[in-house]
Formats: sequence, structure tokens, C-alpha cells
Amino acid sequence: MPPAEVTAAEPAAAVLTGPSPTADVVGLGRWRALGFVAPALALIGVFLVFPALWTLYIGATNYRLTGVAARSPEIIGLDNYRRALTDPTFYRSMRLTLVFVLGSAVLGQNVLGFALAYALRSARRAVRRTMEALVLLGWILPSSVVAFLWIAMLDRDEGTVNVLLRQTPGVAWLIAYPMTCIIVFNIWRGTAFSMMLYSAALSSVPPSHLETARLAGSSTAQMLRDVVLPHIRRYALTNTLLITLWTFNDFTPFLLTAGGPNGRSEIVAAYIYNTAIIGGDMGYSGAISLLVLLINLLLALVYLRVARAGKGRTA
Amino acid sequence: MSVARAVVNRVLTYVVIGVGTAFFALPLLWLLSAPFDATPTYGVRPPSRVTLANFGEIGRNPYAVSSLVNSVLLALGTMIVVVVAAALAAYALSRVHVPGRDALLYALLLLSSVITGTAAMVPIFLLIFQLNLIDSRAGVVLVLSGGLLPAAIFLLKDFIDTIPRSYEESARVFGASPLRILRDIVVPVARPGMATIAVWTIVQVWGSFLTPFILLRDPGKQPAAVLVRTFYTEGGSPNLALISTFSLLYSIPVVLMYLFAWSRYGFRFHGGIKS
Amino acid sequence: MQRRIVGYRRVLATLTGLVVVAATTAGCLGKKENTETAKNADVKEFTLTIAANAIAGGKNATNADWITNWIIPKFIEAQKAKGRTAHVNFQPSGAGDEDYKSKISLDLKTGSGADIYSMDGIWVGEFADAGYIKPIESMVGKDKANGWDGWAQIPQTVQNNMSYNGKRYGVPLGTDGRVIYFNKKLFAQAGLPADWQPKSWDDILTAGQTLKAKLPGVTPIQLNAGTAMGEATTTQGFLPLLVGAGQQIWSDGKWQGNTQAVRDALGVYQKVYGGGLGDPVLQQDAKGRDKSFQAFASGKIAILLEGDYFWRSVVDPTKGIAKMADRDQAVGYAMIPAKMPGAGIRKQDFVSMSGGSGHVLNPASKYPEQAWELLQFMNSKDATIAALAGAVRITQRKDVNDEVLKSDPMLSFVAQKVLPLTAFRPGFAVYPRVSQALQQATLDVATGKTPADAAAAYQRTLETIVGGADKVATG
Repeated sequence: MPPAEVTAAEPAAAVLTGPSPTADVVGLGRWRALGFVAPALALIGVFLVFPALWTLYIGATNYRLTGVAARSPEIIGLDNYRRALTDPTFYRSMRLTLVFVLGSAVLGQNVLGFALAYALRSARRAVRRTMEALVLLGWILPSSVVAFLWIAMLDRDEGTVNVLLRQTPGVAWLIAYPMTCIIVFNIWRGTAFSMMLYSAALSSVPPSHLETARLAGSSTAQMLRDVVLPHIRRYALTNTLLITLWTFNDFTPFLLTAGGPNGRSEIVAAYIYNTAIIGGDMGYSGAISLLVLLINLLLALVYLRVARAGKGRTA
Repeated sequence: MSVARAVVNRVLTYVVIGVGTAFFALPLLWLLSAPFDATPTYGVRPPSRVTLANFGEIGRNPYAVSSLVNSVLLALGTMIVVVVAAALAAYALSRVHVPGRDALLYALLLLSSVITGTAAMVPIFLLIFQLNLIDSRAGVVLVLSGGLLPAAIFLLKDFIDTIPRSYEESARVFGASPLRILRDIVVPVARPGMATIAVWTIVQVWGSFLTPFILLRDPGKQPAAVLVRTFYTEGGSPNLALISTFSLLYSIPVVLMYLFAWSRYGFRFHGGIKS
Repeated sequence: MQRRIVGYRRVLATLTGLVVVAATTAGCLGKKENTETAKNADVKEFTLTIAANAIAGGKNATNADWITNWIIPKFIEAQKAKGRTAHVNFQPSGAGDEDYKSKISLDLKTGSGADIYSMDGIWVGEFADAGYIKPIESMVGKDKANGWDGWAQIPQTVQNNMSYNGKRYGVPLGTDGRVIYFNKKLFAQAGLPADWQPKSWDDILTAGQTLKAKLPGVTPIQLNAGTAMGEATTTQGFLPLLVGAGQQIWSDGKWQGNTQAVRDALGVYQKVYGGGLGDPVLQQDAKGRDKSFQAFASGKIAILLEGDYFWRSVVDPTKGIAKMADRDQAVGYAMIPAKMPGAGIRKQDFVSMSGGSGHVLNPASKYPEQAWELLQFMNSKDATIAALAGAVRITQRKDVNDEVLKSDPMLSFVAQKVLPLTAFRPGFAVYPRVSQALQQATLDVATGKTPADAAAAYQRTLETIVGGADKVATG
């Protein structure tokens, strides 16, 4: 196995920085390559892209699921967008979602995932396995189940949190601090992905570099900053991008707070659900979807910028 | 590094692991205590009366077992579709520079993350209706696959990019067809990545509520994710005994599957050949 | 840089191209008109499907069992006696009301799905406007539609629950009434009478003050507020007060906006939640309604406004979700008073609100005549009694009520005293959104806004919902 001669694009860089330099050595050829891609593309095209674009088109109408506008929807052009952009609840939802993403994904899952991966690096096998299993359980269990687990844990009268704080009945957590609750919940739910990713990333840092740094007398913090982080930079960026996109549109917190109380935790997925299903306003929710798509696109572009900016600097 | 520093590091490590363990284990406790309690509440406590009657109650529910079977069928079906299609596509996209590849992948990834079942509910329903696939599990599998493929391809392509091409080159020299190369050389090496995608797909499908709910009519075809939402009492409040018990049963298959995949393949998102 | 721009352009181009494709094919959003009538009237064999938001072992399990074990076998038997072979299926659901509503909307929109659907009375308006359901007479003809002898047994007000623009769309399944419950034991401890019947809002508030003073650990009044309780806030909390202040939420072509009656009703909320007579935090709990039931059952809430459902299914001594073994002795009930005697709608001293669901026919049904027969069968005297499954409940039929409610004084009380006073919610398509605006207004007041401010905000929302200030009454 000659890994030392690997010159192919580094992991995660391939997508972030452009097509790989090596040519098509396998001899797939353009046409066969397209043939390989065809099944996936067909499925995606028919069952994702087509309905998605249709939804965006609905955003330009006043279509509702029931009522007169269901029978004969009219194209109202940009009215839904105008309504969204002048609706304070829409801005509130965006603001809450950004806080949610920043707190639980960008900071929470990233930091905790990294911290756990780093701490477990040198732990005993049994400890490592147990920890990984617990963290992964939070990610694997279905959403209805974990929602119930957290509702039970945060219950005002008998929930485990209040029992531990020796206050029953204590604070009604989901009502008093809804955003905090869903942020902590999402950290619990999603850290697994980051932890596994950083685990793999850390194992790819050459041990010789770490040895050198340690011999030179750097503290852990310095070692992290100067040796580890540059190596895993691209892992970190891909990870952050993915979990940002996923967290931004995550619906599960709705099962805990239903966007409440009084809209105080109405992240965008809850907002769309409330307008589409409870309000029946498909036109408006279609418009919101497009706006959310554009915002996500913006975030993705920011990441691309950061990724390419750093390309020249690393080894 | 000085001894003090080493000790501090050690302590910090243990604290992180300790707090982490507590944090992740705590919410799970309810799932272990409530199903065995005759009258469970939201609290975690040793059951006042330990009982297995709740499980019997679930067994008497006409749809409980069939819903778990349906969940398995949907999950496996989607997993097969996604892994095969994603493997083919990721391999081709990794090895061949198709113009616009990156832009397309990003666009699809964005689309699949943002446009979820709720917003696209009406178009998906009408589309499936036109294809005459309403009330069929196949329809659900197709819709779920379409939604999961972009991320699957994204992740798998990343993984395959890290696999050196030397073996494929050699095989090509010996005249093997690309499909053969894919099957005999790349797939065995890419197994951890594919296992990850498989597990991820199964987890997503296992918890999927809205799509099966909208597209399926026959209660015998409903998966467990839909059934678990029906456990309300006559009066409309959640039946904690049934919910906790069924949640436990509902969770077990995914956990088993994950353990199986993990022990056989490891759970790596990046890697390929390790040094 | 160059490559990046080209990349983005490609994305944009692909997206736009696909939008065009989707748009051209997406013209089929509106509903196609189906003009066949009197299909398959004389076939000897047919299949029908009933869909309901009920599922064995889960939500509304009794209803599911009734359909599966009584209606279906008996109907098949009855048809056999007429020389016809009937196959009848049941399509259960057990989801939240709004999810169920979305599901059947999609079914009806595509003209597929079951032949008979259960639905809440307040959805009838919007489904009719969308063309999803049609008047019964347009499906089977006026004679067959109006000739059923069951109509005479169903009070006109109750029929209105499943009617729209004067036409019958379905048959109602039961109804109910709202009363004011109180815990007789707590009342005794506070020195209040066991046969309490408040005659005005002040009577209720004064009783609340007494309870607050004498029984410190007890929440005096539970008046549903806020958006977490959904329709339960509007129907059990706000609307009984509104009709007690003399106004229906809709009358004479206008919706109640920022009117005196609305401000009066919100004023009660302010006195309750601002005056320490109620628990505002509970109103915002996602499980607040359930918790309020538990609290009443354990003697922590003294006065609670609810429907007869509370008596039958919540505090019922054997199968209630918050059982009270001493319900018959400890729980008192009284009519909801108007603001003061004579101030209610129709100059009544006492008021109430009612609701209910029913069943409708699918206009795209392959066997409309047979479906109508099945629907009539489901609402026959025997079927209605069977649906009760031994429970004592107010049904849609007078003859059944007279027979079945003899054993339960509370339900007889409702059927005889309360139903004649009651009002129904308007069957308009926009009602659910108006209801949400009202819930928001009550939440505003319960969390500290003044009734005047809350009513003004409500008026603004209402004008957007109903499409214009001319459809809103102010004062």
C-alpha cells in the first residue's frame, strides 16, 4: 500500500476547490460516466427537482389547500414575497433560525464533536466504544422518540432535569427558555456526525508533527492551533457546511415546542409547517421556501469563499 | 511537557468524557424505565409496579407488528436504491470531470436540504398520483430516495476521492471494464463509506413521517414512524405507556443495524486506505 | 474566479430551465370539474370505503371499532337481504387533526380516496369552496337527499354544522355543549354553595376571589387562553364569553372586530390572569390542556369551563384520562352565564357553544347512491346507539338522546337545558384563521397586554384574513 505517494486531491478539498487534476485514468469516458450518473440523476430529477421547482412556482400563486383559492389559484407574482419581506414573523423566524444554527451547529456540535474526538483519541477502547455508542444513539433514534425523551426530561413537574435540580415543580423549561432548550437538544442530537468526522480527521494528522511540537515545548492549546487545526481545516469546513444546511432546515425541534410559545422558537422549518399545514397557505410557504433556499445558498457561498481563501496557506 | 501540564490535560480529558457521558445518557433513561411501568409519567423513576403488560398491549394493536415490518421494508428498499445509485454516480463524478459537476452537486444538495416534505407536499402528492403510485411503498421509496441521494452522493464522492487510483489504473491496463473495476476493486475499499451512507439512509427513512403519511392509505402499509403518532387515548392525550413501549421497540432495530454495520465496517466518513 | 462565475451561471441556468418545465406542467393545480351524476345506480356489486381520523388501539379507537365491527358487517348483511353484494373497507388514520385535514384535502383534490370521509364541522365551508365536496342533493338528487327520515330527528341547528350556504353537505355525528364545572369539595371549604349557578360574569369572578383568599394552593379559574390549546381556547374560552356579551363571532355579513363585546370578553381574561385568578404559564404549555385536566382532577383548580366531553371522558370515574372516583359527588356543573342577565345573544341569561363532526360524501365516488345509503345507515337509530358502545353521550338524534341520556343527569341537563341556548361556530372557510387570531388576542391579554391593545391588534389581523375592513364590525 503506497499511501506516501498519494497525490490525489485531499479529502474534502476535491469538492471545495474544483475538479481533480488527474485525468480519467479509469477510462470511463464521458458517455459511460453519464450512464453511471443517470440512475441517480433520474431519481433526483423526477422525485426531488421536479416537485421542488413546482413548489417554488406555487410561491408565485395564491394557492391554498382548501377554500376558493384551491379550486382556482391565481398567479399573484411577487405578492407572497412582498408579504414575507414585510412580515415581522418571517424576520423573527430567520433570526431565530440563525441563532439556532450558530448556537447548536456551528458552535455546539462542532466544538463538542471536536472536544470528544480529541479526548477519546487516547482513551481506553472500552471507554471510547461506550462514549461513541451513547453519542450515536442520540443521532440514530427516530425523531418522534427523541422528542418525547426530551419532553419527558424537561417536564416541569417530574422531568429529570428538575428532579436533579431538586425543584419539582420547577421551571417549565420548554416554555421559559424555548430557544435554549432546542439548541441544547440539537447539540445532543447531532454531535455524532461531527464527532465521527473529527475522529477520522484527527487520525490523519501525522503523529510525527505532534511529536515535534511536543518536544519543542508547545502547550496543548498551541499544538492544537498550529499543528492540528491546519490539517483538519478542510474537514472542519465540510462538516460545518453540511451541519449548517441540515440544522437550518431541521424540523425535529417542532416536536418539542411546536414553534412556541407564541412563536418564540419558530425556526424556519416550523414556520413553513405552520403556514403550509396549519394555515393551509401553500402559496406563501412556497415563497418562503425559495427565500430560505437563497439564504442557504448565501451561506454555502460564504463557506466556499472561506475554503478557497485558505487553500494557498496549507501544506 | 511538565508533569503539572500532563496532569491538567488528563483531568480535563476525564471531565470532558464524564460530562459527555452524562449528557448523552440522561435523556435515554426514560426509554428504559417507562415501558416497564404500568402507569408511567414523564418522570424517570423506578416503576411503581414493574410490568410487561405494556408490551402485551402493543402486541394486541393490529398494526404494531406490521408497521415495524413496513419500516424495515421501506428502510431497506430505500437503502438499496440510494447506495447503488449513489455509488455509481459518486464513482463516475469522482473519476471523470463532467462540466458543471460541482455546481450541480451543490445546487442539488441545497435543494434537498431546503425543500422538505412539508413545503413540497402538494407537488409530491400530485406527481405520485399521476404516476399511479399512491398507496404503494414503492412510491414512498422513490420519493425518499430522490430526497436523500444528493447528500449521499456528496458524502460518497468525497470518500471515493481519497481512494488512490493506482489499482484502477492497473486493472484498466489489464482490460477490465469500468463496471467490473467498480464492483471488484472500488467497492471493497469503499465499503466503510458505503456502510456509512447505508446507515445514514436507514436512519433517515426510519424516522420519516410526513411522506409515508401523505402517500399511503392502507393502514397495513404504514410504517412505525406514522403509527407512533397515533397512540393517543380516546380523549386525545398521549398514551405514555404505549408511546414509551412502542418507542423502545421502534428503536431497537435501528440500534441493532447500526451495531452490525459498525462492527463490520467501522464508521468512517473519510479515509479510504489508511497509513 | 472565472470558473466560479461559470459554475454559478450554470446552476442558475439549470434551475431556470427546470422551473419553466415545471411551470408548464404544473397548471394542474386547480381542480378539474367532475360532471357525472347518478353513476352506477343499479349495480349488484360494489365496493365502498369509509375514512376517519380514528384507529384501533389509538385515537378515537371506539369509533374505529364501531365502523369495523358493527357498521361494516351489518351493512353488508342488509345489502345481501336486498340481493346486492357489498364490500366495505375502513381506512383509519390516527394523526393530528391538521395532518388528517391535509391528507383528505389531497385525496379529495385528486378525486381519489374513500367514498365517505369524517370531518370536523368547521371544515365544511372551506372544503365546499375548494370544490372538494358537493351538496348531497347534487350527487343523488333532491328527492333522495332530502327524503331521509333521519333528518327529522336531527335538530336544525345541529344540521347546520354540516351545511354550507343553506345546502346539506353531510350528516353530523353528535354534538355537545359547554358548561362551567366546579369542584364542590373546594367550594365547601371556601364557603361557596354546592348548587352554585352564577348569574353573571361578576358572580364567577367573585367566587374566584373567595377561592383565592380561602384556599391559597388552589388556582381558582381555568379559562382556556393562548395558541397552544388551539381551537379549545376559542370554543371553550373566548366564544362563550363573546356570546355572553351579546354577539356571535359572525352575523349579518360581518365578523366581530374591535367591538365592545370583544373588549368585554378580553376584559374577563384580564381580570382572571391579571388578577391572580388563573395560571398564565399553564396556558402556554404545549400540554397545557391535559395538565389543566389533571390539576382539576387532583383538586388544584376549582372552576373550569369545558364541554360535556370533560364529564364523559376526562373525569369519568372508570375510564377518564384524569379519573375522579368521586366525580358524581364532587363535580358540579352550571350553565355559563351571560355578562349579566339578558345580555347574551338572543337576550338570553345563559349561553353555550357547540361543535361536532360528521361525515361527508366524496363527489368522485364511483357509487354515490350506495355511499349515500351507507351514510344513512351509519346514522340510523340503531347505528347511532351502537356507536355509543355503552357510553352515554349526546348524539345527533333526538330519539336516541331521549332514550340514552336518561341515566346521566349531567348529559340530560346539557341536552335539555343547554342545547336550546347554544350557538355554533360559523362554517366559513376563513373561520380557522379567525380562530387563531382570537387565540392570539387571548394570549396577549393573558401575558399582560390591555384588552384595548389586544383587540386593536386582533382587528388588524382580522381585516387581512377576511379581506377588507368592510367585512368587519367595529365599535
